[in-house]
Amino acid sequence: MNNQKKEEIVKHTLFIFSTTASLLLILIIVFLFNEAGRLFTEISILDFLLGTEWNPGKGLYGAFPFMFFSLIVTAGALLIAIPLGVSCAIFLAEIAPSWARDITRPVIELLAGIPSIIYGLFGLVIIVRFVKITLELATGETLLVGSIILAIMILPIIISISQDSIESVPGSFKKGSLAMGATEWQTLRKIIIPAALPGIFAGVILGVGRAIGETMAVVLVLGNSENLPHLVKQLLGEQAAGNVIQIINQIPEIMLKPGEALTSAILLEMGPAEVGGIHYSALFAMGVLLFIITFILSVSSNIILSKSQINLK
Amino acid sequence: MISSKTTNKIMKGVFWISASLIIIILFLILGYVFSEGITALDYSFITEMPKDNWREGGIYPAIIGTLILVAVALLFAVPLGVLTGVYLVEFRREDKLTQCIRVSVDSLNAVPSIVFGLFGLSLFFYYLRDLTGGPTILSGGLTLGFMILPTIIRTSEVALRSVPLSEKLGSYALGATKLQTISRIIIPSSIPGIITGVILGFGRAAGETAPIIFMVVLNPVLPGFPYLFSQCNALTTQIYYLTSEAVSIERAFGMAFVLISIILISNYFARLINKYMARNIKR
Repeated sequence: MNNQKKEEIVKHTLFIFSTTASLLLILIIVFLFNEAGRLFTEISILDFLLGTEWNPGKGLYGAFPFMFFSLIVTAGALLIAIPLGVSCAIFLAEIAPSWARDITRPVIELLAGIPSIIYGLFGLVIIVRFVKITLELATGETLLVGSIILAIMILPIIISISQDSIESVPGSFKKGSLAMGATEWQTLRKIIIPAALPGIFAGVILGVGRAIGETMAVVLVLGNSENLPHLVKQLLGEQAAGNVIQIINQIPEIMLKPGEALTSAILLEMGPAEVGGIHYSALFAMGVLLFIITFILSVSSNIILSKSQINLK
Repeated sequence: MISSKTTNKIMKGVFWISASLIIIILFLILGYVFSEGITALDYSFITEMPKDNWREGGIYPAIIGTLILVAVALLFAVPLGVLTGVYLVEFRREDKLTQCIRVSVDSLNAVPSIVFGLFGLSLFFYYLRDLTGGPTILSGGLTLGFMILPTIIRTSEVALRSVPLSEKLGSYALGATKLQTISRIIIPSSIPGIITGVILGFGRAAGETAPIIFMVVLNPVLPGFPYLFSQCNALTTQIYYLTSEAVSIERAFGMAFVLISIILISNYFARLINKYMARNIKR
């Protein structure tokens, strides 16, 4: 056998191996949709997405409460993680002397390496107790604690992607601004941050994906009560656009109540659910929902990142 | 009106504070887990079988279970990941197909761990039950392997790309074929980078809970040879069980201590190898 032929064979074999990732993705889609499909022979997609009642015993499979809680917890996490993460990224990219960078970088890598179950354990034992005592609540297992833990967990990804995009702003921009007499902060605010904004946004989107998909930490600290806050339910029933504002007004109060995320519901109910039954299928439908959300977030973050790199060039 | 110089100073202070805050958070978490965990820890904790529903005795089966699961995951993901990397870097120009593979890798990386758990449950538990035997090391290890495949592909790709062009050209100039160049020059010189990826994958797989939670058992078992078709325990799922059922928080911290130590030590080695590699490339 000559070399060319050998090379061809190796090339084709390697091609087959390299399709594994794509194949896996397709398989995941096929299996999830296949298992989830059975639910929709029984109830409509709208009942699943907008139904506010989840009671498998009575055949009610409204996943809205879980989506609501997942969304609120993630939003809360972003509120904490974006300012902290972006300013830390600015620090690393622009301000820090090299010794400070040498300390901070490994710290962020370590934070990213801590398993989620340990974040959950820490959250349950320390933050839940702390919130309960300082805010004098009946239970510390609240959406607020979920947001705090998730914020810590998504910090590394927001920091590393923001830092990359801040560092990729051409040095000439900065020098030009400083030469005009602007201070470092003015340069950051008016030149560097605007130029790096798409990259920062991409990092935040990836962070959202992580937060929505996070399971183990959330299941330990949220308290796992799927009951929608009474007020939200009441206001949803009345179906008026103005009510959205009222719900938003209630959010600080809702943050101090327990909840249950999509991911926790799957984890907690898979044991009792009968295999192949409707309940089982409904849990897979939640998995499909999570998959679709994270897929869209990941793809859009990639598009933003690649476009922003072209723009900066 | 505050002068622009004062604002500049204040904002710089804010940046310093936010970075220190993150360092404090890390030390708080690690410090607490270590100080709580060390009280449970002694030699027998690591080497003995648990007694009384994990309340007494050691956690040996959980440590062994985690190590075997991760080994299976790596056996699946490392060859596939490295070969994918070789194909992407050496055999293919950037085109629609490589883009498609990249998008798949990124999307796979973004799939939530609980969704991998569901996928594994459906695939290995019900459709391939006759092959895998249901909740076995094979099912759990492969599910973990799927999860870490993107990490291995990416790090291998970076490692393979960092091989200096001069080395490749030198090999071709001596009359070596492409396959010889790949197997004798490119792969050997990117091995440190690949090992770094493997160690990162190891740490990630050891710390995952949700993908294997349907695949492991809670009562203590020691997997017997040939391992693949026996049941097992895992550190992460035991920590979850001990905490959520309020069996023993103290022992959960003991296990967390062991788990974090495994991950920190492996990360430290990854860093060492990385440094060694950086020095070698400069030469």
